[in-house]
Amino acid sequence: MILPQALPEETRRAMLNAVNLTRSFGNRQVLRGLSLTVEPAEIVSLVGINGAGKTTLLRVLANLLRPEQGMVRFGSYTPLNAPAEYRRHIGVVMHTSMLYDNLSARENLRFFSRLYQIADSDKRIRQVLEMVALNSRADELVRTFSRGMQQRLAIARALLHDPDLLLLDEPYTGLDQRSSELCEMLIRQAAADGKMVLLTTHDFNQAVAISTRVDLLHDGKISWSSPSAGLSGKSLRATFNELTVFSGSHKGHGVNT
Amino acid sequence: MKPFIGAILAIFWKDLLAERRTREILGTMLVFALTVILVFVFAFDLSVEIRRKAAAGVIWVTLCFAGTISLNRSLTLERDREAINALLLAPVDRTAIFFGKALVNWVYLLITAAIIVPVYALLNNLSLFSWGGLGVILLGTLGYILTGTLLSTLTLQLRARDMLLPVLLFPVIIPLLLACVRASTILLQGGNPAELDTWLVMLVGYDLLFAAVGLLVFDRIIEE
Repeated sequence: MILPQALPEETRRAMLNAVNLTRSFGNRQVLRGLSLTVEPAEIVSLVGINGAGKTTLLRVLANLLRPEQGMVRFGSYTPLNAPAEYRRHIGVVMHTSMLYDNLSARENLRFFSRLYQIADSDKRIRQVLEMVALNSRADELVRTFSRGMQQRLAIARALLHDPDLLLLDEPYTGLDQRSSELCEMLIRQAAADGKMVLLTTHDFNQAVAISTRVDLLHDGKISWSSPSAGLSGKSLRATFNELTVFSGSHKGHGVNT
Repeated sequence: MKPFIGAILAIFWKDLLAERRTREILGTMLVFALTVILVFVFAFDLSVEIRRKAAAGVIWVTLCFAGTISLNRSLTLERDREAINALLLAPVDRTAIFFGKALVNWVYLLITAAIIVPVYALLNNLSLFSWGGLGVILLGTLGYILTGTLLSTLTLQLRARDMLLPVLLFPVIIPLLLACVRASTILLQGGNPAELDTWLVMLVGYDLLFAAVGLLVFDRIIEE
């Protein structure tokens, strides 16, 4: 893979470390002293009921939201001591595409490549469009794209600057079978290249199938964590129901198995 | 410094490219501004002298109201599909977003001014152009846009932002508007040069103040 810019080996091996994160919205405390580590080549699936704080956690890790307490660190960078450098290593896909409707796919990527100061951007744009199978539609306006195509382009945007950490909030939303397989392949490839992937999902089977570790976010903390090896969608669902029911939450709310 | 300037220009060109396709901001501003000018010209049967005296007030009021259209719409574009988050994720100083948005809105307002001033002059058979007047328009519109971009960012996440922006903006720009109208009136009708200098210094001070406020607080208000 051609890198937009050479990164020091130390950065390549750096891990994401979040310690004791708290974040509230009004009176509601969403994150309560959450700690999390993601290591290179790891794919971590984050599961939790609706409103558990998965998106909030991703936004905090992406430096889109400030935690009230706690610290996030990627290698030697934190959002406080080097915010721009910290963000340079992160690629994010959220619920919405974060794209401009009235620009073409190529124009969108060209704009972001300028923000990320990517050298030889035309080559890199062709590369990522090819990765998400959108090169034949590169010059069409994003507003003419289907939901799935927009999601694929959002993934291309997240990969454009070859980030070391991918934060993916329900990346399979709106994708058909073929696009889901493509997305899964890209995630596996990223991990094989030594990148870290943290994704949220409501699909237990998918969580187990793609990840190396599954974390359950509940009551504002990682309340359970397990390597995916040896887990099945069914056993994960049973654990999920047990943990969320015993602590008073509604059983399996909003979860597909 | 280079990535910072590069990000400002990238945001500027991105917005111009989208505007070239839709023409929704500039088109609406021009229709609104020309309608206001035409109403002022044809609604009152005024003498040429009174029209000359009214010119500064009419033009600045028109620019202020037309400017709110671009301020509102320009940041709404970023809110659609939450593209603003993609901007916030970029590895550049986030104040580049403030200056990029301000630059594009300033250009829209200058284009509007470049059309409505000659139209007003033509319809009233007046000569309004002067280099001093051009300077007042550049400084006045810049101050207006810097303030407006900051306040429209503040209202970005609010549901009633279209209504809130003028409510917040107009009281804050009263000193600016006063300086613009007084300086323009002195230039159009003749007056004390020392008084003109005072208003120009006030305009420069206002612009510098809001550029500095933007630099200091934009990062914080855009994030939360």
